[in-house]
Amino acid sequence: MSLNTDRQSPPRADSTPPEEGRPSDLVADVQHHLVSQHVVPLRHPWRWVASVVVALLLVQVVRGLVANPAYQWDVFGYWFFEPIIFDGLAVTLRLTAYSAVIGFAAGVVLALMRLSASPVLRSVSWVYIWIFRSIPLIVLLLFLANATALYPSLGLSIPFGPQLFSIDATQLLSYEAAAIIGLSLNEAAYASEIVRSGIISVDPGQLEAATALGLPGYRRFTRIVLPQAMRAILPPYANQLIGLLKGTSVVYITSLLDLFGQVETQASTNSGEVIPLLMVATVWYVILTTILSIFQYFVEQHFARGSTRAAPPTQRQRILAAVRTRRGVAR
Amino acid sequence: MSAALLPSSAPGVATPVVQVRGATKSFGTHQVLHDVDLDVDGGKVTVILGPSGSGKSTLLRSINHLEKLDAGFVSVDGELVGVKVVRGRLHELSERAILRQRARIGFVFQSFNLFPHLTVLDNVAEAPVAALGRDKAEVRAEARTLLERVGLADKIDAYPRQLSGGQQQRVAIARALALRPRLILLDEPTSALDPELVGEVLEVIKNLAAGGTTMIIVTHEIAFAREVADTVVFLDAGQVLEQGPPDQVLINPKHPRTAAFLTRVR
Repeated sequence: MSLNTDRQSPPRADSTPPEEGRPSDLVADVQHHLVSQHVVPLRHPWRWVASVVVALLLVQVVRGLVANPAYQWDVFGYWFFEPIIFDGLAVTLRLTAYSAVIGFAAGVVLALMRLSASPVLRSVSWVYIWIFRSIPLIVLLLFLANATALYPSLGLSIPFGPQLFSIDATQLLSYEAAAIIGLSLNEAAYASEIVRSGIISVDPGQLEAATALGLPGYRRFTRIVLPQAMRAILPPYANQLIGLLKGTSVVYITSLLDLFGQVETQASTNSGEVIPLLMVATVWYVILTTILSIFQYFVEQHFARGSTRAAPPTQRQRILAAVRTRRGVAR
Repeated sequence: MSAALLPSSAPGVATPVVQVRGATKSFGTHQVLHDVDLDVDGGKVTVILGPSGSGKSTLLRSINHLEKLDAGFVSVDGELVGVKVVRGRLHELSERAILRQRARIGFVFQSFNLFPHLTVLDNVAEAPVAALGRDKAEVRAEARTLLERVGLADKIDAYPRQLSGGQQQRVAIARALALRPRLILLDEPTSALDPELVGEVLEVIKNLAAGGTTMIIVTHEIAFAREVADTVVFLDAGQVLEQGPPDQVLINPKHPRTAAFLTRVR
């Protein structure tokens, strides 16, 4: 309170200039002068130097990309929109989408088993995660591609009892189906640990309150625990998803032609165009990763509801604030 | 059904809403409740006092089966909570049956435990729809009325973290009331609050008491206990040392340990 009044009423009560030789008035005058000033920020000359150096290096890198004839940008332009590349892209997208959905769903189930009170469920989940984190994806995919050799027919039977039905595995398991199964098995193991970390990050009081209110178990999980766990799940799961998107490129060793598989095949027949073809794959992966990152931003926004003390700005307020800042800088 | 097991009361005398008989509970080797008996009449307020670690919260939590008793039983409205009698033994009820019973008993936590990702209105309206299957529009209208009653009509669209502790606890009370409970259990409802926010929560509880809501409150607010309680129960080391009207227990305690506790708290 006293600070405020000091500021509002200057130490000098009247407007007459202070008489000379009275130091106390001089001090008061200087003080009055000081409190009305903004603090001059510290200058950081080395920060400027570093910025200039990095900017120069960046220009060099971009110039190298554009000016180096080995990149053959005209060839890149030809391949970038080739239908055969789009075929590969479609395979990559299908593999990623199916494995992400199946992997996440199985991951939630595995995480719940891992947190279950039943030692059987807990151990089965633990062993699953242990095995599928241990097997390299490439080995798993090759196993599955040759699964028809391991299991010529697939069926369902009661243990030590009669077989209920059986089908020929070669009919059922296309290369793509085998790849989706392999990627999903691998994805589930990693997703389950991410989901579990999210679930255990939720305050136990939340589950207790939901229990005390009589909410059924399914509702407690889907309405109370999972939405709060999603905040902790999303950043690592987005990492996992982007890893999966790029990880699908290993399926080409099972003769399945995804984006990378197509590029690789074309490169082997057009040996002079390896570099532009690899750039085609790279740029498409960058575009897909960018889309996933933008999607991640909006999903995180959705699950951040209520996470801060201040009410978060609406999309409109955010845009207005950005426009205002730019104007301020322009002035 | 199970009411036959309970001590039948003389005609004309109302059966207590809550009956606890022989409540016994251990955590590992530490026994927190020793054969506790407790009766709470309808429309009355019972305050449980006692030093920390005396088993107050465990006793309260066993009444809606958040804590499972090792022995003894709890009945609310003549119905055993969390257990049923099968061939002369107590068997745990199915999850579904326990949830149905819990939805009839309000519980207010020391740390509020509001759902931070749901708005104030959704916090209050969630359980009546999800647990009791009531009509959503009707529940939401009732939730608005309840939030008005606790003085938060202007906060229905806010999220819990945007509220003060006192406001959050008032939302938690409204959330418990939304289930139209027969009984409300409050576990140290003001212990997590800044001193200047305690009053607004106690005011809401006092209003409920005046309206005839049956409540069991664990608290350290002695002055509040004197004002609002019909019965004060003093618990020490998992046993009821004494109980009676507040003027008797709080002013002229019979047991020296009660007296010692009261001088420490004051």
